[in-house]
Amino acid sequence: MAYAGNRCGSCQATYPVKSPALKRALEKAATRPGCLMMVLEALQEEAGNLEKSDLEELSQALCIPLSEIYGVATFYHGFKLSKAAKHAIRVCTGTACHSKGDESLLAVLRDKLGIEPGQSTADGRFSLEVVRCFGACALAPVVKIDNDIHGKVTPESLPTLLERYT
Amino acid sequence: MSSMVEGITAKVGLATCGLAAGAQQVADAFSKEGVHVWKVGCLGLCHLEPLVEIQKEGYPPVLYSKVDPSKVSLIAKASAAGLIAEGAYAIHGARGNWKGADIIPRLEELPVWKLQTRRVMSNCGVIDPQSIDEYLAVGGYSGFKRALTISPEQVIQEVTRSGLRGRGGAGFPTGKKWALCRNSPNTPRYAICNADEGDPGAFMNRVLLEGDPHRVLEGLMISAYAIGSNQAYVFVRAEKKLAAQRIAQAAEAAKDKGFLGTEIMGTPYSLQVNVALSAGSFVCGEETALIAAIEGKRGMPRARPPFPAQAGLWGKPTNINNVETLGHVATILANGADWFAQVGSEKSKGTKSFCLSGRVALTGAYEIPLGTPARVLVEELGGGAAEGRKIKAVQTGGPSGGCLKAEELDLPLDYETLQQAGSTMGSGGVVVFDETACAVDIAKYFLGFTKSESCGKCVPCREGTYRLHEMLDNFSKGKGKEEDLEKMVYLGQLMREASLCGMGQGASNPVLSLTSKFREEFLQHAREKKCPTGVCPMR
Repeated sequence: MAYAGNRCGSCQATYPVKSPALKRALEKAATRPGCLMMVLEALQEEAGNLEKSDLEELSQALCIPLSEIYGVATFYHGFKLSKAAKHAIRVCTGTACHSKGDESLLAVLRDKLGIEPGQSTADGRFSLEVVRCFGACALAPVVKIDNDIHGKVTPESLPTLLERYT
Repeated sequence: MSSMVEGITAKVGLATCGLAAGAQQVADAFSKEGVHVWKVGCLGLCHLEPLVEIQKEGYPPVLYSKVDPSKVSLIAKASAAGLIAEGAYAIHGARGNWKGADIIPRLEELPVWKLQTRRVMSNCGVIDPQSIDEYLAVGGYSGFKRALTISPEQVIQEVTRSGLRGRGGAGFPTGKKWALCRNSPNTPRYAICNADEGDPGAFMNRVLLEGDPHRVLEGLMISAYAIGSNQAYVFVRAEKKLAAQRIAQAAEAAKDKGFLGTEIMGTPYSLQVNVALSAGSFVCGEETALIAAIEGKRGMPRARPPFPAQAGLWGKPTNINNVETLGHVATILANGADWFAQVGSEKSKGTKSFCLSGRVALTGAYEIPLGTPARVLVEELGGGAAEGRKIKAVQTGGPSGGCLKAEELDLPLDYETLQQAGSTMGSGGVVVFDETACAVDIAKYFLGFTKSESCGKCVPCREGTYRLHEMLDNFSKGKGKEEDLEKMVYLGQLMREASLCGMGQGASNPVLSLTSKFREEFLQHAREKKCPTGVCPMR
C-alpha cells in the first residue's frame, strides 16, 4: 500500500508562526492533506523566493521534516531558494523555440548582462533562466520577463525590450 | 460612448498566445474608441494573432489579423460605416452587405478552417471563458445533466462505445480505464484531470483551459460521477497561470450554479473540485508521479502495479484523464457515442487537436479527425515549411516521440500508425524541422531535455539519458565514433525495456528514430567530422 503521507496542515494552529509571509501562505493554502506544494507556491508568491528561515518554520508548522521540504523545494523547477532579482528573464528553450533560435537570444543575454542562466546581475536588476515551454510555441522564440510573455523575439529586438524593465 | 461605434463589438482573443502578440493593448484601444470588447480565448490560429472579430448587427462577422493598436481607430470607424477596413483576413459565413467584402475570403473556404473538424475546440475563441452563462447558452453542461439521469455504468458504456482513447499520449481506451477504477472495491475514489502539460511543443491543453475551461470541468465531473468519486482534482502547472486561474474560476462558477457541491441538481450525488498547482516537472505527467505531487511530495513515479485505478491518491482508487480527453467526454455525453465515432479511423475514433509549431508557415492549434494524413496537417493547414524551405522531418510525441521524414508524411495520424513508424501520438505536439535543421542537434536537444527532467529514481533513465546525451554531444563536436551509433541503439533499447516509467521508456525514442532515419547524417558527423547543415559546432 502506498504511503499516505497524511500530514494534515492543521498542526499550524498550534505552532506560532512568526514570518508574516508564511502566515499568509498557510492561511491561504494549508487547506487539505498534502498541501505542502500549494503552501510553497503561496509562500513564493508572497515572499518572492523560499527563504531558509521560512522553510524552517514551515517544517514546524506542518510537522514535516525540513529535509523533506528541501527535497520538494529543489525537485520542481518552479521553486526558487535564492533571492529573486528585480526582473526575472526567462528564455523558453522548448522544441519550437529551439528550432527558431533560442540559442541566439541566450547569446545576446549572456553578452549584455554578463551572466549565465541561473545567475543574477550584480546590481540585482535581472536574473536569467532557461525554461521549457510556456505553451506559446506558435510565437516562438518566446521570452518571459516578469509576467509578460514576449513572442517572436529577435536578437535585434531583445536589447530594446530589456530597456523597458528598469 | 461615442455614437459612431454603437452596435459594434470587437471580439478579442486574450489567451496567452494573443497576449504575447499584444492583444491586451488592442483590446484597450478598442475600449478607448468606445467599441464594446468581448473577451474570448483563442481560435487556435496563432499565426494571425492578435486576432479580432468585428461584429455588427445585420452584418456577418469579419476577422482582422495581426491588428495593432494603431489600426484600431480605422477599423472601428470603417466598421461603423459598414465598410471593410484594411487588414481584413476573412469573413465568417456569407459576405452579407459589407462594402468591399467581395475581395475578402470566407473563413469557411480557407484551408486553415475548412480542413478542421472543430469539436472539442468549438468554443475556443468563440465564447467568453469567464462566463458560465455563455457556456450554458451553447449547450454547456448538457452532457453532465444527461449523465446524472443515467447510471454511472451507462455513462461508462457510452464512453466505451464512442471508442474514445486517452489524448494524453498512450491512447488507452477511456471507458475501459473508468471501468477498472469503478470496479475497484476500495473507497473513496478520486478523479483527477491531468493539466500538467509539460511537453514542449504541445499547448492544446492550455488553449482549451484558457478558452473553454467549463468544458474540461464538465468532463471531469462526468468522469467523477462515472467512477463514483465525490472528490476531484485538477492538477495544473503553476507556470501556466492563466489556465490555472480560468479553471479555478470555472469551478467557483459551477458551484454557484449548483453543479458542484452536495445533492447536485436534486440528485443524491455530491462532488467537490479542487485545483492543485504543479510547480513544474516533466515527469509529473506520469500518473504515479502526478499523484505523489498532489500528495505534496517529490514527483517521482513508482512501480506499477498497483495501478492508480487500484491504489492511487492516498492509496485509494484514482482515475486520471488528460484535459483534452475530458473535453471530448463532455461532447460525447451531450451528443452521443455514435456522433463522436462518425469521424476518425477504425481504431482511433473522433478528432484530436494538434499543435503545429517550429519552422512551419502557419503555426497554430488545429483540430482534425484522427487518421488524417500528416501531410494535410503540415502542408495544407500549416502551409508547409516557412520561407519556402523544404521540410526535413516532423517530430510528433514530444521528447518521448520520434520523427516522420518528409516522405513519410502521407501516413495517417493515428495511434497505431505513428507507433509503427517509430514515433508516438503523444499529446499532439507537432514540431516541423526544415532542411536547415541537423538530425544530431535535434536528438541532442531532446536528450538534453530528458536528461535534466529525469527524476533520478531508476538507473536506466538517469544514467541512460546522461550517456546518450554525452555521445550525441560528442557527435556534435566532431568527436563521435561510428561504433557509438550501435551503442546508442543498444542503450536506447535497454532504456525502453528497463526504465520504471513511461518517461524513461520513451526518452530514447528520439535517438532511436533519428539514428535510423537519418543514419547517413550521423555517419557524416562521425566519419567526415562534418555537419552538413552547419548547425553543430564540430569542435
